[in-house]
Amino acid sequence: VRIQTPHVDWLTLSPELSLLAAGAVCLLLAVLVPASWRRHLGAFVALAGFVTAGIFAGVVYHRTTDAVLEVGDAVARDRYAMFGALVVCGSGVLAAFVSYAHRMRDAFVAEYYALLATAGAGMCFLLQAHNLMTLFLGLEWFSIALYVICAIDMELEPSLEAGLKYLVIGSFGSAALLFGSALVYGATGQLEFARIAANANPHDPLLLAGLAMMLVGLGYKASAAPFHQWTPDVYQGSPTPVTAFMSAATKATALLLMLRVLRVAFPQEAHLWTIVVAILAITSLAIGNLAALVQRNVKRMLAYSSISQAGFMLIPIAANNALGARALLYYLVPYSAASVGAFGVVAARERELGRPVTLDNLSGMGWERPFLGVAMWIFMLGFAGFPITGVFVGKFYAFSAAYERDWIWLMIIGIAASLVSLYYYLGVVRAMYFRTPAELQLLPAGGSPPREVALQIGVGLALAVTVGSFFAVQPLIDLGRHAARSLVF
Amino acid sequence: MTDWLPTILVFLPVAGALALLVLPLGRFATASFALLVSLVEVGLWIEALTRFDFSRGLQFDQQASWFSDLHVSYHVGMFGFSLWLVGLTVVVMAASIAYAFLAGRERPRAYYGLMLLLTGAVVGVFCAQDLLLFYVMFEVMLIPLYVLVGVWGGAGRLRATFKLVAYTMAGSLLMLVAIIAFGLTQGTFDLVDSGTSSSTWIFLGFAAAFAVKAPLFPFHGWLPDAYREAPPEVSAVLSGVVSKVAAYGFLRIAIPKFPGPTHDFRTVLLVLGAVGLVYGSMLAFRAPDVRGVIAYSSLAQMGLITLGLFAANDLGFDGAVLQMVNHGLISATMFLLAGAIERRTATGDFVLLGGLARGRPALATVLITTGVIALAVPGSGAFAGEFLVLAGVFQQHWVYGVVGAVAIVLAAMYMLRLISAVLHRDVGPAVSDAALDLRTAELAIVVPLVAALLALSAWPAAVSNHSFPSRGATPAVTQDFREASR
Repeated sequence: VRIQTPHVDWLTLSPELSLLAAGAVCLLLAVLVPASWRRHLGAFVALAGFVTAGIFAGVVYHRTTDAVLEVGDAVARDRYAMFGALVVCGSGVLAAFVSYAHRMRDAFVAEYYALLATAGAGMCFLLQAHNLMTLFLGLEWFSIALYVICAIDMELEPSLEAGLKYLVIGSFGSAALLFGSALVYGATGQLEFARIAANANPHDPLLLAGLAMMLVGLGYKASAAPFHQWTPDVYQGSPTPVTAFMSAATKATALLLMLRVLRVAFPQEAHLWTIVVAILAITSLAIGNLAALVQRNVKRMLAYSSISQAGFMLIPIAANNALGARALLYYLVPYSAASVGAFGVVAARERELGRPVTLDNLSGMGWERPFLGVAMWIFMLGFAGFPITGVFVGKFYAFSAAYERDWIWLMIIGIAASLVSLYYYLGVVRAMYFRTPAELQLLPAGGSPPREVALQIGVGLALAVTVGSFFAVQPLIDLGRHAARSLVF
Repeated sequence: MTDWLPTILVFLPVAGALALLVLPLGRFATASFALLVSLVEVGLWIEALTRFDFSRGLQFDQQASWFSDLHVSYHVGMFGFSLWLVGLTVVVMAASIAYAFLAGRERPRAYYGLMLLLTGAVVGVFCAQDLLLFYVMFEVMLIPLYVLVGVWGGAGRLRATFKLVAYTMAGSLLMLVAIIAFGLTQGTFDLVDSGTSSSTWIFLGFAAAFAVKAPLFPFHGWLPDAYREAPPEVSAVLSGVVSKVAAYGFLRIAIPKFPGPTHDFRTVLLVLGAVGLVYGSMLAFRAPDVRGVIAYSSLAQMGLITLGLFAANDLGFDGAVLQMVNHGLISATMFLLAGAIERRTATGDFVLLGGLARGRPALATVLITTGVIALAVPGSGAFAGEFLVLAGVFQQHWVYGVVGAVAIVLAAMYMLRLISAVLHRDVGPAVSDAALDLRTAELAIVVPLVAALLALSAWPAAVSNHSFPSRGATPAVTQDFREASR
């Protein structure tokens, strides 16, 4: 029996292939290389993998002017996916720098980097997914890698708890997505997104139920409220570099995928899903911001902040216009950088103190560690929407997209959420600068802080992207505009 | 070259701030460097002043695209009135930095870096000719203020910063809504290219931000805490310069871009201004400490400036601009003097002060001169400004003229109360013989400010006749300005 195999365009898959290769090399390192080298080599290989994947993504972006479907119409070769892959690879590079400084048991360190690279590969693949099979495959691919990596600090109970919670609740989300996909397939008889749109009967209850369940599944991955319950525990319990990577790359992937699926597969139902996404945005803004107000643990606070940031990024998806797509693509760049950077600073403090970072034991950090302090200060002000980082421009675009759609109420809710968020973002600044350790009668940690060149480089790069995107709006928006064209606006 | 002047004025201090962040300078070198940068700013401003053609509108115009799909650009330039406000900013900032040099602030690199950043942001607000750029500068201004009050402020600084941020951000986020709505409806965010709008909501968004920042009654809840808890030189900047940003916003954006809503809400804003003027004056009369008097008199003066702005005639506009410059210099001088007094006596409470004039002639002379100008004695610059404002607003309704006249009497009362409580009466318990007269260095900071005030008293028309473009013989400011600012 001769099975017909589809033509494979290897260049299309080059980002995920290079990351998989990096992952494989890391696994070999784990068995072939002396334990003392694994940490350095593993970090280097993962870094090289993310850089190579990013370069390939850039090449594919450059060479692909019109979107085409490859590999039996299962994956898309378009600028939209490649823009997303660049964000993922950028987050991966930053996460590799942050991870290198993290105190980790040498036993699993190479596996850690293998999983990191594999998760990145899964995300790149998912971003290209153009049918329901590749969608599910990609989702599970990166999720399973993340389930393991969350629990990699096996001797720490919170890490295990985080891994287990993420596994159980994440599986629920995946199940919802899979069930929804099955219903959509049942209603249309098609797997490929564009053909689903062509064969859909907009009044078919089966199709609508499938769409709703797919939205639930995607909402879980983007940690949009009310599907966010796993986020605070997992973000708090996971090793901080993993949290940094997840908060940036997973969210970017899930949001970009959400826009692609909704836009390409369900254009006829836009009148329904725009409302649903707007409601998700509002609940995320409300729950994320209000819960963040009362947190003392900084990682947990940042977890809720990431829920509220997801709310901001859902606004342009709900707007469903070209400006909105551009807004989302642009927003992801400074958001991802600031997110990895902020968790990186938390990781540094965690390492210095040897215990979880709370607002109280942040006190005086701004003066003790000037560079990390200034960086954290800028990340927090940026998240709060002060116009010194690209996050402000992203919010500005998001609100403009809502205004262009005549949803002024959505814009005003977003603005109100920004006002509330000031309290906890500035709370970090207040803790770092306005109060001294002496005032709180904390014992000094003693000794000089550890030298962490890699971490400082990572935070510095994140800072450069976060602030640089504020000045270089035009080139990024142009990239976003070309990328958004793949979705036919 | 001249087109670069606003850009250099904005970014030189920002570059200076970054340099301080990076360079490991010592305490003395840091302060000297910051002072040098602020003095270069003053020099650049004088250069701009000599090159400015007061018969024309927008000058030193420079534009570069920022993001083109929404028509947002980096666009800076100066009108006559912007030039005067930039001058006020650089002079007050230089004086404040010099004062901080003397007072010796802790953590000098961060402190002076933030002061320089603040200078750049405020100059940026006065030069911005693009709405989004205006918003950026308006917000960036808040960051150094927040930290300056929060780190170097008094015991109640956490509460003061919280109020400051909560109030002003509520206002400025409403302004962001208004900016997005205005810019997308107009198709451009450029202040020169965009036309006028008749939307009441958008106007109110802008008005809210400016009313909080000024502050106007009843949005002044943050004012007493911030002005009392901040270091004195930061209070000088807050009340001398930052409050003018709000008045400038009314003048540059709210009034010319929204002629219809301005007309509809004129009475409301005039009443708020008048109430603020009287209420602020009465609170200033009741305030128990030096800074309280200056803080509430600032509220009153912002009310007066609002009266001038919404008088909607040439007299009102001219008077408002003159009064902005006057009040900026007066309140900055007064806050720096309050700081000097607090350094000598460790208090600003009137009950603990008194009798400082005896044996301290320089302090007494400077304080009395400033106070007398502040209470608008005939012949002073403040008198000219208040007279123009009152004459302008009288044309709207005679009641406002009467309110303004009453407020001038109240101003005399609270200023004389301050002078007598500090300088005269019996020697207070906090005043010891060890409290010396103003030193030469302190005089070198305060005397130029007082000299500027005296110069404005001699020739107030330098500002009031050189703020708006005038064509030919008819100085029809209102119409010309509207056209020029389109």
